[in-house]
Amino acid sequence: MTSVMHMTEPPTRPGASVARGLERAETSGARAWGLLGEVVVPLGAVLAAFALFSILLLWIDRSPLQFVELIWKGGFGTSFSIRNSLQRMPPLILCALAVAVPAQLGLVVIGGEGTLVLAGLAAAAIAVPFAGGAMPALVVVPLMVGAAMLTAAVWFGIVAQARNERQVNEVISSLLLSYVGIAIMNFFVEGALRDPNQPSKSSTVPVAASYLVGEIPGVGVHWGLAAALLAAVLLHLLVSRTTFGFAMRVVGGNPRAARSQGLPVERLVMTGMLIGGACAGLAGYFEVAAVQGRANASLAAGYGFTGILVSFMARHQPLGIVPVALLFAALSASAGLVQRRMDLPDGVMLLLQSTIFIAILVSQALHGSRLGSRMIVWLLRRRA
Amino acid sequence: MMDMLLTIAIALLGGAIKVSTPFMLVALGECLTELSGRINLGLEGTLVLGAMTAYGAAVVTGSPWMGLLAAGAAGMVLGVTHALLCQLPRVNDVAIGIAMMLFGTALAFYFGKPFIQPQAPHLPTIPLGEWLTHLAGIQSPALAAALEINPLFLAGIALALALAWALRNTHVGLIVRTTGDSAAAARALGISVNGVRLACTAVGGLLAGFGGAFLSLVYPGAWNEGLSSGQGLMAVALVVYARWQPVRCVLAALLFGAAGALGTALQAIGWTSGLYLFNAAPYVLTVALMLGIGRGRDNDRQRQFDAPGELSTAR
Repeated sequence: MTSVMHMTEPPTRPGASVARGLERAETSGARAWGLLGEVVVPLGAVLAAFALFSILLLWIDRSPLQFVELIWKGGFGTSFSIRNSLQRMPPLILCALAVAVPAQLGLVVIGGEGTLVLAGLAAAAIAVPFAGGAMPALVVVPLMVGAAMLTAAVWFGIVAQARNERQVNEVISSLLLSYVGIAIMNFFVEGALRDPNQPSKSSTVPVAASYLVGEIPGVGVHWGLAAALLAAVLLHLLVSRTTFGFAMRVVGGNPRAARSQGLPVERLVMTGMLIGGACAGLAGYFEVAAVQGRANASLAAGYGFTGILVSFMARHQPLGIVPVALLFAALSASAGLVQRRMDLPDGVMLLLQSTIFIAILVSQALHGSRLGSRMIVWLLRRRA
Repeated sequence: MMDMLLTIAIALLGGAIKVSTPFMLVALGECLTELSGRINLGLEGTLVLGAMTAYGAAVVTGSPWMGLLAAGAAGMVLGVTHALLCQLPRVNDVAIGIAMMLFGTALAFYFGKPFIQPQAPHLPTIPLGEWLTHLAGIQSPALAAALEINPLFLAGIALALALAWALRNTHVGLIVRTTGDSAAAARALGISVNGVRLACTAVGGLLAGFGGAFLSLVYPGAWNEGLSSGQGLMAVALVVYARWQPVRCVLAALLFGAAGALGTALQAIGWTSGLYLFNAAPYVLTVALMLGIGRGRDNDRQRQFDAPGELSTAR
């Protein structure tokens, strides 16, 4: 009882001023986090991961410096490589958004890969009866977009429904459904929807040229990039500026508190997952209608998995996803060049990415911690 | 028709025995880890890395047993890494698990390239089927082949029984269960929560490494990059289905093994249409089982009973 009284007393006792000083230091530390933490810590983590990765490169007698040089060259070095990098951004942004929106609700969804593939199949399947290109694009294109987004939303919706009704863990169910999605794609591409004129690689009939997505004039990248950027902005507004977004974040913070406040937790989970699924679906649509021109096994290019990393690195903030996606798009664009020139195995980019992923997660232990704050305050003082 | 059913039944039986072993080993390891209050989703990566290490070591040393040992060691290293990372503040074990899953797979692809071509010696099998069919006087090479048991399968069953007994009856088992149910209670008893979880995750990694060795040294019996697609994760789901009981893990693994063998069993009778859908059977089965056993909204209290109280996914 008395100790509680002491704590509420005005700061006249000697210990209190120390406590207040500490508090002030911590507040300035927290403010420093706001300024630098969002950028410095993730970048530091990437550097640390790269240092670790260099050891693995040296292990098999490859030069880390040449590796960096080739990544730069393959990602940004020429106008072709810049276009190549930008081209890989839309699926990465959209797949990361498919992780980020459910993450507001505290859900970790890792099934983007198979969902993208299934949505791509749906888009390509819609285009099959119109392979001649007779119907106006104004009719077919919205159908393709709709089919892709709807399929993907349903796929995520199953995960949400399983979680809501039966408390099925979404991490496991989403990944398993992702494998099912890829199996369904293989089933149709090898069977009913197979293009007989394509003996070497099983694919659907190519989408008619009039339904393909064109390039943004002057940029040399398809319109998917604009759509992905728009989606990131819209979802940023949704998450941070609307009541719905706030409600989602409350659920993510503490579902029990949200429920006792009368928030419709199940409905929020379902809506958030449907939005996330629609994003993955849009990614699948653009991969088919702007990049591949048909559905086949090339759709499973790993965007779904890299998207998880992108979202985590951006701390699940829709706008933060854009620059991070550019970084990983460049990595992915340079992969071919790096592997060819340095004679590296296929797993090398996955290894770099997963090392970065681990470093990012570990760096978040530092984020907001007293040790981290002190380090930042110290750094600021050194500069001043 | 009868013949066909018999062929399918034998193929399913053989498949259940063969395919179930990695499920069983990973599930037992994950079961122990989860009982200590932590979930390790990285076992998928551990399985792949174990398969690669086992194959590589077997090629280099010429001994499959060295391969098995190497796989166990690699799995243990990944398990310890997972446990140490999870001890950091504000680090989520599910996210670390996903990262470790990608990391283990990537390491396997990175170092495993030179081992895709060469042939490694396989682990020996016990020709139980031959003895039995000989004893019973049946002429059925298919049945004999189906009942060819590998030592890891038997070891898995023995381990499950030992684990079940130890968890129930020994002091160590009590310590593990206490840590899993309430970290606060464990701390009050002077138990090092992180220490117990480190040990349990390390053993979980070891067993998953053995599971990987089975994939590359017994069945399918070669190293390639598509060796395990989600088997490690299915094993994690299987633990939930088995309600954290080792013996039920074995039964569930057999069921999953049979589902995994469905595609091959149908191929054995010449059924080839829709093979890709049958390959998806284990995934669909897993999701269906998770739906079936999931607790509904209203009976939280009743089912929560089984799950370790500290498990982040059970909260």
